[in-house]
Amino acid sequence: MIPLTYYLLVSAILFAMGALGVLIRRNALVIFMSVELMLNAANLAFVAFARQYNAFSGQLFVFFVMTVAAAEVAVGLALIVAIFRVKHNIDVDQMSSLKG
Amino acid sequence: MLLSETATSPLFSLVPLIVFLPVLGLLLNILFGGRMGEKAIGWLTSAAAGLTFVVSALLAYALWAAHGETVVVPFADWITIGSLHIPWNFRVDTLSVTMMLVVSGVGTLIHIYAIGYMHEDVRFKNDPKRFRRFFVFLNLFIAMMMILVSGDSYLMLFVGWEGVGLCSFLLIGFWYEMDTLGRPSWANSNAAKKAMITNRIGDFGFLLAAMTMFWAFGSVQFGEVFGKAEEIAAAQPGIIIAITLFMLIGVTGKSAQIPLYVWLPDAMAGPTPVSALIHAATMVTAGVYLVARSWPLYTLAPDAQYIVAMVGAVTALFAATIAVGQYDIKKVLAYSTISQLGFMVAAVGMGAFVAGMFHLVTHAFFKALLFLSAGSVILGLERGHHHLAHHGGHTDHHEEVFDPGDMRNMGGLRKRMPVTFWLYIIGTLALAGIFPFAGFWSKDEILLDAAKLHPEVFILLTIAAFFTAFYMGRQIWMVFFGEPRHEAAAHAEESPKVMTVPLMVLAGLSVLGGALNLPGVHTLGHWLEHTIELAEHELHLPAWLAISWGGLNPVVALVSTLLALLAIYISWLIYGRKPLQAGQPDPLKKALGPLFTGMENKWFVDEAYWAVFVDRYVDIARFLADVVDWRFWHDWFHDKVIAGTYNWLSHIALNRYADQKGIDAFFNGLGDLTKRLSTSLRRLQNGFVRSYALAVMLGVVVIVGYLLMK
Repeated sequence: MIPLTYYLLVSAILFAMGALGVLIRRNALVIFMSVELMLNAANLAFVAFARQYNAFSGQLFVFFVMTVAAAEVAVGLALIVAIFRVKHNIDVDQMSSLKG
Repeated sequence: MLLSETATSPLFSLVPLIVFLPVLGLLLNILFGGRMGEKAIGWLTSAAAGLTFVVSALLAYALWAAHGETVVVPFADWITIGSLHIPWNFRVDTLSVTMMLVVSGVGTLIHIYAIGYMHEDVRFKNDPKRFRRFFVFLNLFIAMMMILVSGDSYLMLFVGWEGVGLCSFLLIGFWYEMDTLGRPSWANSNAAKKAMITNRIGDFGFLLAAMTMFWAFGSVQFGEVFGKAEEIAAAQPGIIIAITLFMLIGVTGKSAQIPLYVWLPDAMAGPTPVSALIHAATMVTAGVYLVARSWPLYTLAPDAQYIVAMVGAVTALFAATIAVGQYDIKKVLAYSTISQLGFMVAAVGMGAFVAGMFHLVTHAFFKALLFLSAGSVILGLERGHHHLAHHGGHTDHHEEVFDPGDMRNMGGLRKRMPVTFWLYIIGTLALAGIFPFAGFWSKDEILLDAAKLHPEVFILLTIAAFFTAFYMGRQIWMVFFGEPRHEAAAHAEESPKVMTVPLMVLAGLSVLGGALNLPGVHTLGHWLEHTIELAEHELHLPAWLAISWGGLNPVVALVSTLLALLAIYISWLIYGRKPLQAGQPDPLKKALGPLFTGMENKWFVDEAYWAVFVDRYVDIARFLADVVDWRFWHDWFHDKVIAGTYNWLSHIALNRYADQKGIDAFFNGLGDLTKRLSTSLRRLQNGFVRSYALAVMLGVVVIVGYLLMK
């Protein structure tokens, strides 16, 4: 049986990769995927703890996260399409018209 | 209307009617006069005056029946302030009833005369609508005069005193927009203002007297003042002298004595009936009445009495000399009135109250007669003038202004106006004091009393009497004898009956008026004795003065009559023997030289007053207006001090410091702070989504770290 620590380590690595992706990458799509990566890292942690402690609610919460992620992707992709139509570009550093 | 306890006769309760009948007359005239004809207006007002006379006569009868006992009829409360209580009471005593009879009797005759006079006057002056106004004023005058003579206190008397002054003002300025010749000018209204202002000076004296009286006696009611007079005189004799001398100032104003007489000659600007009624017969005698009414005060102050007598005597002589040099028929009579008022004031001043009142009554008859006859003469000339203008055809010739009152335009009128001529002769003889006309008896009584009491007053008055006869003689010769000096005089026409009949009544009174107080009988003297107690003087008289034919001294009477006849003879020598020709200067001018110039120019008193008082007053007024008010108050105090301080305060203190440095600085600082804060904070809003994400992550790390470390 693979100990919990491994799962958590993978989850942490995944989360860190996602976070770094959000912070470093400029392509909106890639940032989006990084966000998904972080969500899934969280999911992995949920599932791991649920199995470890035999708590069903952790499993359940994963469904919520996946639902929210799906909704988020739907809205986010629509935004990206709309932005692309205006700017012909999806570089987040170009989207700075609200700069103070 | 309540009866006082002493009143036995119900007739006394009629006394308020003497005021309210004329008031009713004038109210009816104001309300319905517009729809009534001239005749109706005239007779309505004359009836009001006539009924007043009837009431006065009834009062006289009731008083006679009550043996002259003074009756006070309470009528209404007027002033009640604390302890001061001044009711409107009517005082019916022999003195007030005498005045009532004179005022309403002569007044009624003048009302009737005025119907005829004003009928023509308003047409010559092209304003027939003003007819009604004249009669409203006349009735108002009668009402006010009645308040004056019937008042039971000095304050009530003062109400009438001011009321008649107002009527005098209104009637002098009756033709306010023209001069006496009908030319557009403010001359008439200036004359009215002069009368008003001069009388105000006199009224000031009257008020001082009344206030001193209230201060000393605690009352202004006749009864209370006279009751306490002796007590106060013993304690503070100065008070009585002060009151009587203050009162003298009032008398000099109203009764036209030196130094305030100057308004009366100018008052001739009023229509002639006004001159007769107000400025000869009644109003101007109010001062004489006041002194007679205040007899208990004057008899207690012999020094004041002497001053009053001298003022009267000097005025009598002074005005008589001016009358000699006048050319206007009414001006001569005006100065004559001043002079005769001087006789009366001298008489009442000496304590000869009966003689003064007697002369007041007879003078009212013959001076009203003379004035009204003069009015008839003036209208006669106006008629002649108009006759010429309409029928003569030489209109160009009459472009020059014609003065119908100038005696130099007259002459030979005895043939054109015989009735007026004879009336005038009667008035003149009465005024000159020729036996047996009314003036002889009254003037003789004054002269006799003066001879006994104050020889210097006697001498002044005797000379004045000489001048009186002279200027009246001069007037008669100039107006009625010789040849007409102007075409208007040649075409003069006699006046209608409505004017001459009242004159005949007055002429009758001028002839028979002496019967009121004949020597030996002394009807008026005994009548007034009920009110005025005459002091008995212990006098050591020279033999010629001690002779008494029932109160008549043949020496004094003979001297005054001979002097009058002599004066008339001299006037005949100068003006009658060789009548004045048109354009010829007065023959006296050559004989008297500068003396006549002085008489002609009223001794330059008006000019002197103008230079000493009026110009100085104007200077002071100008100084006050220009320097004090404008430059000091407006330019300096208002503009510099008040506005300057205010501007400095608002501009420097409030604007610059409080507003700009305080309030503005606070809110600007608030804005600046916000701005600076936002300038530094806006750097965070760099628009890079990733930097926001980093911030979020760092935040999470911090929070989570905090939660873990806790």
